[in-house]
Amino acid sequence: MSLLEVKELCVAFGARRVVDRVSFSLDAGGKLALVGESGSGKTVTALSLLRLLDAARLSGEVIFGGKDVLQCSAAELHELRGSDIAMIFQEPMTALNPVYTVGDQIVETLQLHKGLRGAPAHAAAVAALHRVGIADPDLRVHSYPHQLSGGQRQRALIAMALACDPKLLIADEPTTALDLTVRMQILELLDRLRSDTGMALLLITHDLNLVRRFADHVAVMERGRLVEQGITDQVMRRPQHPYTRKLIDSRPARALVSAGEGLIAAGRGISVEFPKRLPGIIGWFRSGKFMAVQDIDFELSPGETLGVIGESGSGKTTLALAVLGLVAAHGDIRIGGTPWSVGPGERRALRRRIQVVFQDPLSSLSPRLTLEAIVGEGLEIHEPALDAAQRRERVIEALYDVGLTENDAAEPLLHRYPHEFSGGQRQRIAIARALIVRPQLLVLDEPTSALDVTVQKLVLQLLGGLQRKYGLSYILVTHDVDVVRAMAHRVMVMKDGRVIESGPLEQVLGNSKSGYTRRLVEAGVA
Amino acid sequence: MNVPTIAGSASAPLAARPVSRQSPTRRAWRRFRSNRLGYASLLLFAVLFGISLLAEVLSNDKPLVVRYDGQWYFPLLQSLPETTFGGDFETPADYLDPLIRENFAKPGNFAWFPPNRYHHSTINYFSEAPSPAPPDAGNLLGTDDRGRDLLARLLYGFRISVVFALLVSAMCAAFGVFYGAIQGYFAGWTDIAMERFSEIWSAMPTLYMLIIFSSLFAPSFWLLVALLSIFGWLGIAAYVRAEFLKNRTLDYVRAARALGQSDVVIMRRHILPNSLTPVVTLVPFEMAGAIGALTSLDFLGLGVPPDTPSLGELLNQGKSNLDAWWISLSTFGVLVVTLLLLILIGDALRDALDPRKLLQGDEQ
Repeated sequence: MSLLEVKELCVAFGARRVVDRVSFSLDAGGKLALVGESGSGKTVTALSLLRLLDAARLSGEVIFGGKDVLQCSAAELHELRGSDIAMIFQEPMTALNPVYTVGDQIVETLQLHKGLRGAPAHAAAVAALHRVGIADPDLRVHSYPHQLSGGQRQRALIAMALACDPKLLIADEPTTALDLTVRMQILELLDRLRSDTGMALLLITHDLNLVRRFADHVAVMERGRLVEQGITDQVMRRPQHPYTRKLIDSRPARALVSAGEGLIAAGRGISVEFPKRLPGIIGWFRSGKFMAVQDIDFELSPGETLGVIGESGSGKTTLALAVLGLVAAHGDIRIGGTPWSVGPGERRALRRRIQVVFQDPLSSLSPRLTLEAIVGEGLEIHEPALDAAQRRERVIEALYDVGLTENDAAEPLLHRYPHEFSGGQRQRIAIARALIVRPQLLVLDEPTSALDVTVQKLVLQLLGGLQRKYGLSYILVTHDVDVVRAMAHRVMVMKDGRVIESGPLEQVLGNSKSGYTRRLVEAGVA
Repeated sequence: MNVPTIAGSASAPLAARPVSRQSPTRRAWRRFRSNRLGYASLLLFAVLFGISLLAEVLSNDKPLVVRYDGQWYFPLLQSLPETTFGGDFETPADYLDPLIRENFAKPGNFAWFPPNRYHHSTINYFSEAPSPAPPDAGNLLGTDDRGRDLLARLLYGFRISVVFALLVSAMCAAFGVFYGAIQGYFAGWTDIAMERFSEIWSAMPTLYMLIIFSSLFAPSFWLLVALLSIFGWLGIAAYVRAEFLKNRTLDYVRAARALGQSDVVIMRRHILPNSLTPVVTLVPFEMAGAIGALTSLDFLGLGVPPDTPSLGELLNQGKSNLDAWWISLSTFGVLVVTLLLLILIGDALRDALDPRKLLQGDEQ
């Protein structure tokens, strides 16, 4: 008999049904991955297994260890949560209480479910931290969440979840908030703990690479329905459902033309420093320097894409802002031969040549402006001679360019506000805003990280098409090796503000000299 | 709302959530209206304020229209001597004078009086009851200790309080937004310098300053507006500063800077509309505070000039004439209703403008 048996589970919020007749089962010690894009209902399904959603109406059956969770009394449910079924979440910082030490929080779980108190509880907490591979567990047990790194926090969270030896661990996007190289370690840890303790693991994720590596079984969800499930290998190799097929080949294909001759932008010895508070009394009188970017050179030809990869905190976004002239930087940055140090008028003209697309399409569009005002703003600045009708024509043209239309017409969209568009559409709007002034160079700061995989592919295809059409150069800042592989001519690997390695794509990703690059590449690819 | 070119973006939920086509401001207004208590409070407050704006025609000792000896008069607009209506003196007519009343009652003559026959400054010399007089058919809420009609005083006093509050909040909001915007947008040393200034400013004892100023200058309505405004903008400036500090680092501001947009336009077009939530939310509370401040200053005798109808002065009278319960009770009632309505409006506004709800209506 399987440990967990979900039959015909439906979840509804009011009249809206977000999970529709989902059935799957999980054996003791098994590894099941629930895969889907945002809004597919995978997290809602997971939370429903523990009845953690107060506002939801549930129907169907969730049989855990012979008992129907949906029929459990409050007391039985309390017993179940945390002790038989444990859960870990995406964002370890918010899942831990910042005012208690990690040890306190583990001890609390132990008290609640095992009745341990005092020294034995403390010892058990240390052991739990030790088990998840945290160095110096007897010291770390006294640490507050903010004193730990992201990976350590997730480990502490896992230690908390596992402190009571649950039979089932639900991991909801456990690695999404973590750096690439840490992701692998956490997943390996989860897998090791699973085989040590014999618990079952339900992994909720949008990342097929993780599924391919870590799950025995996979269930694919689309819009609240379970469209396909089976043994991971078989599903991956011979997907039956069209949606699964779409997910699997959502890895962007490479379609690049070779770069042109000449130089569109160049930087020599770029450094960016931020003031840092010095410790002790000396900090009252002067501030130290934190070098976010240190001594970086780059060159970019027309029609060329330079991929900048690195983990969070490696300074890649700061470098992008420096190239855009949005943070003060040392060194020499020239766009088309003109440095940023020219007077205000020329600087303004220079801005036209280099534009930017940001990561989060939610915050990159002003929520109170209409589409026409957002996209048309650049024209008001750089082509003030245009009248309103001409400007509108150009806006519509730009919307066609980025493929944002409704029933093949762009006009009806002009008076809409950003909240009326989906993430992928908003990213297209951001690209249109940048393109309308006809720049030569586009800085793409994680242009697809906030998007679903299938939408990612479409946006990358769009960017590739625009590059071929207009001969644009891109500086592509990302942590996603797949994206770089699809888009970049040359690659620059950054770590701690410095360039570790740079060169043509094949050389850097194919046979890197640096161990760091190899780790990055390995972590990013299945 | 799927667009074909995005190949039916797979992220739409099972039953597509309806996405509002309205601007964020319209949606906030709709949410405000769906809060019945707050919306009703706003309507009631608007009606009360509207009525008080018509105080001259609703509560006045002069008739609106008079027909006397075949001629039409409009005493509200004209100043007429008593002799016009058969009196003996050249002084302005006192329409409460029984003699003149008698003349109006003669056949062919006619006078149309406002519903309440007293102005806030009218002293009824012909009243029989000693002042302060309890409520009766003539003075619905009684009179104060100088024989002036209480209903008229409350009506005019309410109007002055609300106009005062509106002016003070408008000035505070305007200056606070301006100061906070500059502070938050330019940050760094500008922010530090301006923050120190506002700290020093906030350390000034407001009441003490008011007392000094009211002894230096002749007390007047406009002096009070100015004084309360120059001490009242600090709170709003602090909120606006925080909003600007937060919003200036958002990507849409960065994108505008990358386009080469000027600082002034960025502040006005991109940041300001997204930073006004705390201002709009604070205004009703600011108004309630201003009414409270004016009332307490008047109560202490530091406020508007003595003849001005004012709620604080009435409260003071109520304190000196404890047996004249109608004074303190009705003034108290007016104050409670006014402040309560403002606070209910403010609460509803705060809910309607909650940023968590503002950006909803779309799955992310």
